[in-house]
Amino acid sequence: MSELSEAPPSLRSATVRPAPGIPPALLWALGAVALLLPLFMAESFTLFQLTTAAIYAIAILGLNIITGYNGQISLGHGAFYAVGAYVGAIMLDKLNLPYWSTLPAAAVICGILGWGIGRPALRLGGLYLALTTFSLAVAVPQILKYRGIEEWTGGVQGVLVTKPDAPFGLPLNPDQYLYVLTVLLALGVFILARNLMASRLGRAIVAIRDHALAAEAMGMNIANIKTATFAISAAITGLAGALSALAVEFVSPDSFQASLSITLFVGMVVGGVASIFGAVFGGLFVVFMPNIAEGLSKSAPGVIYGIILIAFLFLLPGGVAGLLRRLGARLRR
Amino acid sequence: MLNRRTLLASGAALLAAPRLGRAQTVVGVTSDEIKIGSIMPYSGPASAYGAIGRLQQVFFKAINDAGGISGRKINFISLDDGYQPPKTVEQTRRLVEQDRVAFLFNTLGTPGNTAIQRYVNQRKVPHLFLATGADKWGNPQEFPWTIGYQPSYRTEAQIFTKYMLEHDRNAKLGILYQNDDFGKDYVAGVRDVLGTRFDAVVKMVSYEVTDATIDSQVVQLHGSGVDCLLTAATPKFAAQTIRKVFDIGWRPKMHFMTDVSISVASVMNPAGPEKGVGILTAAYLKEPTDPTWQADPGMNEWRAWMRQHMPDADMTDGNYPYSYSVTKCIMQVLTQCNGDFSRENIMKQATSLNNVVIPTLINGITVSTSATNFHPIRKMQLAKWDGKTWERFGGLIEGAG
Repeated sequence: MSELSEAPPSLRSATVRPAPGIPPALLWALGAVALLLPLFMAESFTLFQLTTAAIYAIAILGLNIITGYNGQISLGHGAFYAVGAYVGAIMLDKLNLPYWSTLPAAAVICGILGWGIGRPALRLGGLYLALTTFSLAVAVPQILKYRGIEEWTGGVQGVLVTKPDAPFGLPLNPDQYLYVLTVLLALGVFILARNLMASRLGRAIVAIRDHALAAEAMGMNIANIKTATFAISAAITGLAGALSALAVEFVSPDSFQASLSITLFVGMVVGGVASIFGAVFGGLFVVFMPNIAEGLSKSAPGVIYGIILIAFLFLLPGGVAGLLRRLGARLRR
Repeated sequence: MLNRRTLLASGAALLAAPRLGRAQTVVGVTSDEIKIGSIMPYSGPASAYGAIGRLQQVFFKAINDAGGISGRKINFISLDDGYQPPKTVEQTRRLVEQDRVAFLFNTLGTPGNTAIQRYVNQRKVPHLFLATGADKWGNPQEFPWTIGYQPSYRTEAQIFTKYMLEHDRNAKLGILYQNDDFGKDYVAGVRDVLGTRFDAVVKMVSYEVTDATIDSQVVQLHGSGVDCLLTAATPKFAAQTIRKVFDIGWRPKMHFMTDVSISVASVMNPAGPEKGVGILTAAYLKEPTDPTWQADPGMNEWRAWMRQHMPDADMTDGNYPYSYSVTKCIMQVLTQCNGDFSRENIMKQATSLNNVVIPTLINGITVSTSATNFHPIRKMQLAKWDGKTWERFGGLIEGAG
């Protein structure tokens, strides 16, 4: 099967327990403070970057479920991200629907799309699936320019949308509100994903990756589970796309070039394959690392980015999450 | 799980901490520095345009070495967006909110500028001399802080149409255009000149960037009885058009070609140089390979500058004369500011340019702006393909808009 099933067993477990000796309530409180701190400390721009990182983290989490946990390589998740963003933008701009309704709608539409594409595509599996999904990533920006749907998509000119204001008279500016909204949604999605992976379906998803034949012999319907996994994964990434439309306030075919799918893939690997929490680091990496690379060298930021990436993979083969897991294991010993 | 989140978020907070805001009446300017922001596709599909930003970095450094402007050094921050609008938004916000630049200069690309236009206007940040040919940057009522630079595609189409009517009042024009804002600007320009006669004179056919060929569109136009042709197509399709028009034996009285698709290497040679003889286009910059500029003082100034400051650069690359021209133009604005670099004054001076002469613009073409004219360059000169090179002819023609 896929390369990913060769990962060492230590990387496969999804459960990370808090370090011993610290009461969970304190950790929760600290976590909440840390997440809210940027609201008061950071400038709008930094908040915007953190919001973007959180959005990418959600998208990478979606990709991780199909690729990391289920072992099906998808190089086309940028397409679901794009569809989610367009669903959001069209609902806001053309249909004048409230912004909060765009988020579940984008997730549902991308889920259905993922199911429809996943059903036939997953029969291919392995490298063939990687190529099929990649062709999706290449095709979507061009499909978005198609004249027949231009009335909705705005063609190459894209669609401008406006950030929502904070509800209930909360004393937050739109950047701050979007940060809170994104972080809360991310938190929700991460908890749901963790619960999913700990559930019966989650174990089935991992079992199919590790040994499809054995899983089938145990009575699992491989095609159904794979398709469902692909749909869930697409839905999560689509939700991230809809959030990105709100954050960037603009969607256009150029916003979702095929390289976006690769960016998500890079984020997943750097954060940690088959790790829920790793997606957070993946999101931070894909937002901040290109800027750091550009800061180091104006003339060849791509080279610097590549070197940093290789260094990451060499030093942290299990991604950032893998490193933390090893450190955690050492602390507990 | 939770201790990691704490770690992460406190790390994020740390990143954010030193960036607390400072109050300034004039943003981006201190007693010895003025900060200018720009965004260029140094990476990605449009990275060839990165040459524009590289010349600018060298140019401002040379200005600083010579003492700066009004006693201040120019701190030029030019960031990469890879031609991706979400990245353009991020970099713009970084320049405006974190680096606190006085203004944005020559940000490149229509989609990226579309994505940031509303934001910079809300923030009242001057958004000067954009590197895109779309017409919509000249809209002072709605976007008083955004101003374009080069003649827009629409202006170019106006010039073509004026020339056509001058030479044949009864000409029938076929327009082959790419179905996007680039192509539609040409249709709008023709309509500006023809007005109510548009429907009687013009036949239009469009194609999609996703189409494989434009053969059927060319045949369709030929069959509709038009005798002049305006091709608003990107290079690949332009080359196909030239070849198809020739191969079906169509010899339009006048064939106008968008200046986006006049590269000898990527359009005329692939099409077959002999098949395009007689095609007309319009230019506003001095083409570095054109032998008639060999002794031109303006081009001599540019060549001398290039030899001194960028000796390794490709002197045939048209991006350098372009970049030199727009950077000269912003220097004129900064000089006119006369030490008052408030955003209001920068915008006021950028829109009070009076026939500024720029060395790499075709002689006679100058830069003029006013509170109501946000189209700095409005004149062009026609050029004809002679099978080897584009030969300029006739006087300068001004757009109608």
